[in-house]
Amino acid sequence: MVKLRDFESTDFFEILKDRHPDKLGDWSRLNGTYDSNNHNFLEGTTVLALVYKDGVIMAGDRQATEGYQVGERRIQKVYKIDRHSAIAVAGVAGPCIEIAKLFQVQIEFYEKIEGVPLSLDGQANYLSSLVRSNLSLAMQGLIVLPLFSGYDLNHHIGRIFKYDALGGRYEEDTYYAIGSGGKDARSTLKKLYQTELDKETALSIAVEALWDAADEDIATGGPDLIRKIFPTFTIITEEGVSEVSEDIIGELFQDLISRLEQS
Amino acid sequence: MSTPYYVSPDQIWEDKKEFVDRGIEQAKEVIVLEYNNGLLMVAENPRKTIFKMSEIYDRIALASTGRVSEYEALRVAGIREAEIKGYTYYREDVTGKWLTNLYSQHMSAIAQAWDTKPLEIELLVCEIDGHSSVGSQIYKITFDGTYEEKERFAAIGGKADSILEFLENTYQEGLDIKDAIELAANTLESIEADAPESYEINPNTIEIACLDATLDRRKFHRFTIEEIDEILGNAS
Repeated sequence: MVKLRDFESTDFFEILKDRHPDKLGDWSRLNGTYDSNNHNFLEGTTVLALVYKDGVIMAGDRQATEGYQVGERRIQKVYKIDRHSAIAVAGVAGPCIEIAKLFQVQIEFYEKIEGVPLSLDGQANYLSSLVRSNLSLAMQGLIVLPLFSGYDLNHHIGRIFKYDALGGRYEEDTYYAIGSGGKDARSTLKKLYQTELDKETALSIAVEALWDAADEDIATGGPDLIRKIFPTFTIITEEGVSEVSEDIIGELFQDLISRLEQS
Repeated sequence: MSTPYYVSPDQIWEDKKEFVDRGIEQAKEVIVLEYNNGLLMVAENPRKTIFKMSEIYDRIALASTGRVSEYEALRVAGIREAEIKGYTYYREDVTGKWLTNLYSQHMSAIAQAWDTKPLEIELLVCEIDGHSSVGSQIYKITFDGTYEEKERFAAIGGKADSILEFLENTYQEGLDIKDAIELAANTLESIEADAPESYEINPNTIEIACLDATLDRRKFHRFTIEEIDEILGNAS
């Protein structure tokens, strides 16, 4: 007889742990401390988020490193979660992408079962527990760090949440950037950021922040004009989550380059 | 130890069927029909949070009638199993046929067990083809796990047969969403034609949802009262 139990649970991660532990990574066999220069694990680099007047913009470069080598040139670091939220990940790419995927499934699972979407705060809290579930990996140096943003339909503002490797959740009300070039991106954002930015200005600030991150940090990828690979930009407003087209991103980088050439 | 009475399997099965039929006779009807962008699901339902149709997975929806607690458990189980399958393999690997089988096995096991009552529900598993607006599948599942594939339109509930008869004469292919909703509303009104008072569908007592091929990954859409108001208001 087919058993269809677990009727009451809205926690997909819990169901997987309980019934299908094989589908979740068993990292316990990974011994010792991870040294990024001696292992062939892909690592994602810089992602950022900034609040502007209609919501939040999230952006990420496309490069992943493998020690001192370029591991991947077109990796995606920002993922849509539900109609009004998105996650950006930095750190060891494998578990990072898995957590983003699991998080997305979980939020949709909740919404379908309950019939109403999970609140933005609820989503941010849930992500804490997912990051915490990676604790044993984090202790070995395989750190997964998300940056989570969304449009809060109750308060009509864009919000940003950052996390530490222990699952600590902290809210930023202006901007934030994480990853190897995160600090460089933050410096640029710090100088240029203003409240109530319009969309165009906010996008050009984000472009400049990623440019500076790529300029200062060897692991972060800049715009690849020959292969036509550009960082991705995701905009979250009351209307939903949308991607900025590659043409527009290309133009924004061209504008920045000509500005830099003139000065 | 006393000898148990002998009851013929025919008789047991007949009793169970009769028991379910009595339950389903009372059940409100759900109509599913194909329109130009996918599948439309319509039911009379004055309740605001207890739905007859719901989203299961990207291209799959479930329409159900009968005992709410019974189909609600199957709805939740369907979502869970679909998510697990999609997470393990790939989202497109979750199909309506697979879900229909899952429900069918479960319902048939319960119907055959000697110590439980059969489920007093009927289900329609609805699925559209993700890549074009034409392909769609409708599977009707009854209490004993029997299922069949339906073409163009299907109905469940007490007066399902009258609905099918009405649609047989009125349904046309290539309906747009407005005409399809209007047809479904007329169908529901037709089966209440012998009601003591004149009967008319209104936005507060009708539940409408669709699987719309033009939508993004998640094809399910439940119409709000305002949207229904607009369509039904303009239609009349």
